[in-house]
Amino acid sequence: MNASEESEPARMKNTTVERKSDREMVVTRTFDAPARLVFEAWTKPELFMKWWVPKSSAMTLRSCDMDIRTGGKYRLVFGADAAHQMEFFGRYIEVTPPSRIVWTNDEGEEGGAVTTVTLEEKGGRTLLVMHDLYPSKEALDASLAAGSNTDALPETFDQLDEVLATLASKGS
Amino acid sequence: MVQYQTERLNSAFAALSDTTRRGVLEQLGRADASITDLAVKFDMTLTGMKKHVGVLEQAGLVTTQKVGRVRTCRLGPRRLEEETAWIERYRQLWAARFDRLDDVVEELKQQELRDKRNAR
Repeated sequence: MNASEESEPARMKNTTVERKSDREMVVTRTFDAPARLVFEAWTKPELFMKWWVPKSSAMTLRSCDMDIRTGGKYRLVFGADAAHQMEFFGRYIEVTPPSRIVWTNDEGEEGGAVTTVTLEEKGGRTLLVMHDLYPSKEALDASLAAGSNTDALPETFDQLDEVLATLASKGS
Repeated sequence: MVQYQTERLNSAFAALSDTTRRGVLEQLGRADASITDLAVKFDMTLTGMKKHVGVLEQAGLVTTQKVGRVRTCRLGPRRLEEETAWIERYRQLWAARFDRLDDVVEELKQQELRDKRNAR
């Protein structure tokens, strides 16, 4: 078996993240399917709900309203129950099947990022590029810090649980 | 050792959970500043700002140095590590999402193939 055969699927499944500038984050991933199918999985709410919340995350997607068309609005509600919920909402600036979706992220107090997803098909495969443009360096820094803060919490609790379990077993 | 790590983690999360302290970190990212500068900038008393800087210092996010009567604050050694960790965290989230998107897309693809075969 030669090296290129081995590395091909691995490279395809690779998700890359790069901070392109003070205000930009870029995430890429290649899918072994035509762009229209990736577009469908992104734009049909019942399909979108299947993948947006990773299994490893403690978050639950409570509701998902997506009026996917240029000028349409979306609202995602996360949380275990009504008392602990978090909302993400905004507007679709551009929706061009099957290659481009652009939306605003309006939940923050100040101006949020504008996200552009492009799907580029080549030989039956699709390169997905997600580009986030923040209004300022500070906004991107704060978002990264906040993301790590909230997303890391369940894992922090797992780590705490481990610590407590260790302490408990030592005590008995 | 475990105890120490947990404390360190908790102090970093606690330090970052406050808007003013995140603001102070952003400010120090642009330029070093004295506690007096920071107090003026964030419209706080000197004592209040000293407390915030103390929390950041304890978490290793900021270091301070007193020269004469002025205490200068700058970003601590953990600042860069933090950013790398934040970006890695972000990558993990998207990798997990896209792994599942991959599954959903694969299902659609198989469905299409089945439909095509059945249509024949």
